[in-house]
Amino acid sequence: MLSGEIALVTGASRGIGRAILLALAAQGATVVGTATTEAGAAGITQALRDAGYVGGGLVLNVSDQTSVDALLAQMTAQFGAPTILVNNAGITRDNLLMRMKNDEWDAVIDTNLTSLYRLSKACLRGMTKARKGRIINITSVIGATGNAGQTNYAAAKAGMIGFSKALAREVGSRAITVNCIAPGFIDTDMTRALPEAQREGLLSSIPLGRLGQPEEIAGVVVFLASAAAAYITGETVHVNGGMHMG
Amino acid sequence: MSSVEERVRKIVIEQLSVKEEEVTPEASFVDDLGADSLDTVELVMALEEAFETEIPDEDAEKITTVQQAINYINAHKA
Repeated sequence: MLSGEIALVTGASRGIGRAILLALAAQGATVVGTATTEAGAAGITQALRDAGYVGGGLVLNVSDQTSVDALLAQMTAQFGAPTILVNNAGITRDNLLMRMKNDEWDAVIDTNLTSLYRLSKACLRGMTKARKGRIINITSVIGATGNAGQTNYAAAKAGMIGFSKALAREVGSRAITVNCIAPGFIDTDMTRALPEAQREGLLSSIPLGRLGQPEEIAGVVVFLASAAAAYITGETVHVNGGMHMG
Repeated sequence: MSSVEERVRKIVIEQLSVKEEEVTPEASFVDDLGADSLDTVELVMALEEAFETEIPDEDAEKITTVQQAINYINAHKA
């Protein structure tokens, strides 16, 4: 379904990003997954090789413009310019606002939101020239609902949605679509870090009565990346088991 | 090797999907050739690539006609 496409997935060493990477590769796309460390990048390369997929892992710090430029240069030389960009890399630095430190605020905004500015800009040159492209941003249900202790994360995730709508209008004439996927609580290291009591409380607020699986996000990424979704842009798809219904 | 003028005209024709006869020296990209803001950004990027030069934003804003593009490249080419 995606043969001939070249996909770039940030934050692909584990969790949702890893599932997205493998799902795109399974559809025939050439994939590059990024990790913050050499070991993480090597792990991605190995996972792709083991599965017989085309692509590799590269190191990227999404909050460093030099690193973004270097990644795009290397990826373009090795695999070609990306036609699909999945901005997935994200972090949390939870704290009540009254206790939040500047560095906790800055790190979350920079990694989760400013990274979209850097990466989308870097990939658009190739996409506008090709007159096609898919930018898929992984936001969060928290960007729609808010969550105590996550003012920084909620602001960044809601910001991604506004960014996507504005960019969708800018580049629509070039057949480039820009969409968001807003996962609810997905079974990953990020949610495993939550205290057991909070996890139990969460489940009672989810009509489907369970956490989501990374593959259930990856499936939606594949759809948005495919030709079947060519007329969807500026949209946010909520994938949360019903815990928030937009 | 074709002249700067020929190469610039060819890029304009390709980028803006216009007819050769429309690309007169005094033709304005926006007013005469139907370029929108994204087209003009792409046009400048195409010129940068073709002539291996960097066109700063403040210069790019002043390039609004075919002749201005040709003059700019002639003045700045490596």
